[in-house]
Amino acid sequence: MTSAPTSPPATADFSLRRRPASEKLLDQGFHYLTLALASFVGLLLLAIVLTVFHGAREAIATFGARFITTSSWDPVNNQYGAFVAIYGTLVTAFLSLLIAVPLGIGTAIFITEDLIPTQLRNLIGLMVELLAAIPSVVLGLWAIFVMEPAIRPALNLLHTLFWWSPFFAGEPQGPGMAPAILILVVMILPIITAISRDALNQVPVELRQGAYGVGTTRWGALMNIILPAAISAITGGIMLALGRAMGETMAVTMIIGNSLNFDLSLLAPGNTIASMLANQFGEADGIQVSALMFAALILMILTLVVNIIAQWIVRRLSLKY
Amino acid sequence: MTNTATNQTSTGSDVCMSLQNVTISYGKFEAVRNVFMDIPHGRVTAFIGPSGCGKSTVLRALNRMNDLVPGCSLKGRVLFDGNDLYDRRIDPVEVRRRIGMVFQKPNPFPKTIYENIAFGARINGFKGDMDELVERSLRKAAVWDECKDKLQESGFALSGGQQQRLCIARAIATEPEVILMDEPCSALDPISTLKIEETMHELKRSYTIVIVTHNMQQAVRVADMTAFFNAEAVEGGSGKVGYLVEFNDTERIFNAPSQQATQDYVSGRFG
Repeated sequence: MTSAPTSPPATADFSLRRRPASEKLLDQGFHYLTLALASFVGLLLLAIVLTVFHGAREAIATFGARFITTSSWDPVNNQYGAFVAIYGTLVTAFLSLLIAVPLGIGTAIFITEDLIPTQLRNLIGLMVELLAAIPSVVLGLWAIFVMEPAIRPALNLLHTLFWWSPFFAGEPQGPGMAPAILILVVMILPIITAISRDALNQVPVELRQGAYGVGTTRWGALMNIILPAAISAITGGIMLALGRAMGETMAVTMIIGNSLNFDLSLLAPGNTIASMLANQFGEADGIQVSALMFAALILMILTLVVNIIAQWIVRRLSLKY
Repeated sequence: MTNTATNQTSTGSDVCMSLQNVTISYGKFEAVRNVFMDIPHGRVTAFIGPSGCGKSTVLRALNRMNDLVPGCSLKGRVLFDGNDLYDRRIDPVEVRRRIGMVFQKPNPFPKTIYENIAFGARINGFKGDMDELVERSLRKAAVWDECKDKLQESGFALSGGQQQRLCIARAIATEPEVILMDEPCSALDPISTLKIEETMHELKRSYTIVIVTHNMQQAVRVADMTAFFNAEAVEGGSGKVGYLVEFNDTERIFNAPSQQATQDYVSGRFG
């Protein structure tokens, strides 16, 4: 760039480009606006936690740790223990994850690794997304009237084969933990599949070529290079799904049986914290409300812990590429 | 049109890879057509030419890397040690184990430096002393001094030029017979480029090297043989299709080319 000899001094040049006051004000205003919007989320979260904790104080003082370890839920004598619901929440969430993770990651691999023509791949991807769009109450209805009768023979078979195991004791009667687990699988599968698919798609093409370039098979490249490169995002998706599975209410309430009696068996009716809350908030008063709040607090802490673990795993596993 | 040039080349040393009337298409569009070429054994062969002339496509055909591109097809024959690489009975994975590749962008695996080298060797069934192989490969790629103290660190802890030499070491570790390099220095600074070129001079004692480069000076510096590709518009007007103009000793290509197009390109009149 050539500077003409007649150009004004540098300072004057600079002041010509000074921003008007209104623009600066706008900038500042925008800064405060976003700050306010962002703080709102934080305040909301804090308020919810505090009010739930406040509501639960009475139950915490009365039952203490006994609330977590005992399984009597007796509104007549005002004795409350949420062990059935906590057990149900953890078992249904983790077992549904156990089924949905291989299924979801497998689907994601299948639709990203050009094993099939593009149109077919897009179709499967679309169907996964549509699966996520089904309202959970519809899934619950389907679970009661279609899925549960359909899988009953299989559950009966499990019982006849493994009757000696406490987890398969008792003949399946209809609603129970096992169908609830399966409906949770249906609900979290789209999350895991969609996130895994995006994670696999984001693995740089150079990395794939590099893997094939040293003579790996498709399987070897997938297991040793592509999946490890995508694992942190996939883990994030799994944890998101776990959070969803623990908090899912409607479909689970409709199919789990809402039993207040403890039973180790997956074939027996059970309960989860979420479905217990949904079932009891209407009739509850006095210390029962407080007990429900306590249960809600436990559910929040569980999902919080899952999220923290997820963040930790993602950080540990995340590989730069 | 290029047959005369091609025939002269096979006199010097024995043929490693031979392309016989190779035409490569992406879907319906031909990317490069009717290539005849004999790549000599134990030498460095450079592919030069303007963008879109198909030189990278031809390079990637040499170890069936194009198989990974949907819709890519090849007509003609690519012979390696007398075997047609595109024969039905040939396993592409086996081809890539014998013909290694270094890519345009350094692409170390998201693993430690040590594992970057060991991974390829292990899947190729290497049973010997892995530590020794890692050191030997890194030494051959002239990156040992920079790496020896951080073998357990991520491959991304290295600079771009070092990463590229790590990728060369990775290719060497699988003990291929041929190493293909697709513009290996295009993302690197001049000093790293020089180091990689020195590495190539070392490597050609034990390997056949084929390199695609946009940098004509690099071709002059490293290559024994040079192939000049060009692209021409086809009848029907569906883009351009590449073809091999001339293939000869690097000296001849740059000083006394037999084709006018080559003369124009190497003297910088176009491209």
